[in-house]
Amino acid sequence: MRPARDQGPVSTSGGPTDDTGGRVVLAQSEIARALRRIAHEILEGNKGSQDLVLMGIPTRGAPLAHRLATALHEVEGVDIPVGTLDITMYRDDLRSQPVRAMERSQVPDGGVDGKVVVLVDDVLYSGRTVRAALDSLADLGRPRAVRLAVLVDRGHRELPIRADYVGKNLPTAQAERVSVRLTETDGVDEVVISTPEVEAR
Amino acid sequence: MKHLLSIADLSREEILEILDTAVSMHEVQHRDVKKLPTLRGRTIINFFFEDSTRTRSSFELAGKWLSADTINLTGKGTSVSKGESLRDTVKTIDAMGVDMMIIRHMASGAPAQIARWTRCSIVNAGDGMHEHPSQALLDAYTMRQRLGDLEGRHVALVGDLTHSRVFRSNVLCLQKLGAKVTLVAPATLMPAGIGAWSAHDGLEISHDLDAVLPAVDAVMMLRVQRERMSGGFFPTAREYAVTYGLTKDRLALLPDHAVICHPGPMNRGLEISGDAADAAQSLVLDQVSAGVAVRMSILYHLLAGESSGAQSGEGSAA
Repeated sequence: MRPARDQGPVSTSGGPTDDTGGRVVLAQSEIARALRRIAHEILEGNKGSQDLVLMGIPTRGAPLAHRLATALHEVEGVDIPVGTLDITMYRDDLRSQPVRAMERSQVPDGGVDGKVVVLVDDVLYSGRTVRAALDSLADLGRPRAVRLAVLVDRGHRELPIRADYVGKNLPTAQAERVSVRLTETDGVDEVVISTPEVEAR
Repeated sequence: MKHLLSIADLSREEILEILDTAVSMHEVQHRDVKKLPTLRGRTIINFFFEDSTRTRSSFELAGKWLSADTINLTGKGTSVSKGESLRDTVKTIDAMGVDMMIIRHMASGAPAQIARWTRCSIVNAGDGMHEHPSQALLDAYTMRQRLGDLEGRHVALVGDLTHSRVFRSNVLCLQKLGAKVTLVAPATLMPAGIGAWSAHDGLEISHDLDAVLPAVDAVMMLRVQRERMSGGFFPTAREYAVTYGLTKDRLALLPDHAVICHPGPMNRGLEISGDAADAAQSLVLDQVSAGVAVRMSILYHLLAGESSGAQSGEGSAA
C-alpha cells in the first residue's frame, strides 16, 4: 500500500487531531457528504448522466472515482463507467526522481471517445498531476469534454488548471502537508493537515 | 541500475519490478496511439554486429513507443568494416552524446567491455555464447502471464545448450524467480563443466526428453545453432529431431496446462515440429509480443530515473 501522497508541506490550529498530531479537516461523514454533493453537481453540470465516464488517478483518485459512481447511482439510478488513469509515464519530473513503479490504466469498455470524462483525484495542488493526466487521456482517445473533480483543493497552482468540482477548498501554506486517507488504501477516512514540525514530534 | 549486461547483476526484486512494469507497458501495445512521452529527448543506438529480426526490431519499437530517438547500426555498415577498432567506434558514437547503446556482438563479454569505454547505458542484446538477458526476462514474463507466479514451477530447457546464450540467462532468471530447471540435451550439446554447475545450483540434467515432459509446467525448445557448429554434434538432423525434437507425438506427453516456448527463430521440423509450434499451448508469438513490453520496461528502468544520469567516461561500468 502506498503512503498517502505527499501534498506538500499546511497552519494548524484548533479542531480534532489524528494520531500524528495533524489536524483533521474532513472526517468520514464530511468526505461522504462532499462526494454526494459533487455527484449532484456533476449531474447538474452534465444535464444528466449521458456519456459520463469517471477516470480515477491512482492511488486515491481510483477509490474516490468508484465512490462517486456509487453516489451517482444512488442519485440517478444508472451505472457510470469507471476507469483508472495512471500518469507515471507522463510526469514532468521523471528525470529528477528515482524510477517510479507504474500502476495500470484501465479504460472502461466503451472507451473515452466522445464521452464526458471526469478526472477524479484526491488533492489538487500544483496542477502538474492533472496536466500529466490530460496528456495521458489524449493518448487513449478524444473525449468530448474533460472535467476535474477533487476532494481537496489546497491551492499553490503552478499551471493554469482549476477544478470543476471541489469537495473542500483548503487554503494552506506551502510548508504545510495535506494527507488524504481513505478506507480502501489506509483503513480510515480522513483528511489531515500537518506541519513537518508536528510530524516530527 | 545503469546497465543490463547479465541476469546475474539483477536481484529477484529488480527482475520482478521489470516484469511488473512490463504488464503496464503491454497495455500500450493495444492502444490506437502506441506512444508514451517517457524517454522524450533520449537517444538510443541499436548496435548489432550479428543478424537479428525480433530483438533488434523489438528494441527499436520499445524505444520509439517511449518517444526516444532510435538509430540502427550494423557492424557491416560502420567504420568497423574499414578496420577501425571496436573501442574507437564506440567512443566515437559516445562522443555524439547518445544515452544508451544496445549491443549484440559475436564475442562473449563485448557489451561488458564496451560499458567500460563509455558513459552511456549499455544493454546486452546477446553476446556470443554468454547471455541474452532481455530474452530471459521476456520468457519469464510470458510464462508468468500464462502460469502465474513461477515459484516452484518446473521448466525444461531443451536442445543446443552449448551454443545458447538464451539458456544461460534463462537458468539464472528462472532460478532467481524460484523455478525448478531441468536441462535436456544430448551429451555433445551439454556445455562443458555443466556437471559442476548443476551440483552447485541445483539444476537437473537429463538426456531423456520423454521422461521429463510429463512433469513440466513449461518447456523451452532451443534452436540448434548450426552456424556456430564447427563439428558434428549429432549424426543427422533426422536423428536429432526424433530424439530431441518436440514432435507431434511428444506433444501428447505434456500436461494439459503446460506451455511451449521457443526464443526463435525456429527450425521447424528440427527442434520443434510445426504441430508443436502452432499448438494452442505454444507461446512463441506471445513471446514476441511480450518482447516489446519487456524491453520498454528495461529502457524505462535504465533511462528514466535520476540514477541513470551520465557518469564519467572510462572505467565507469557498474
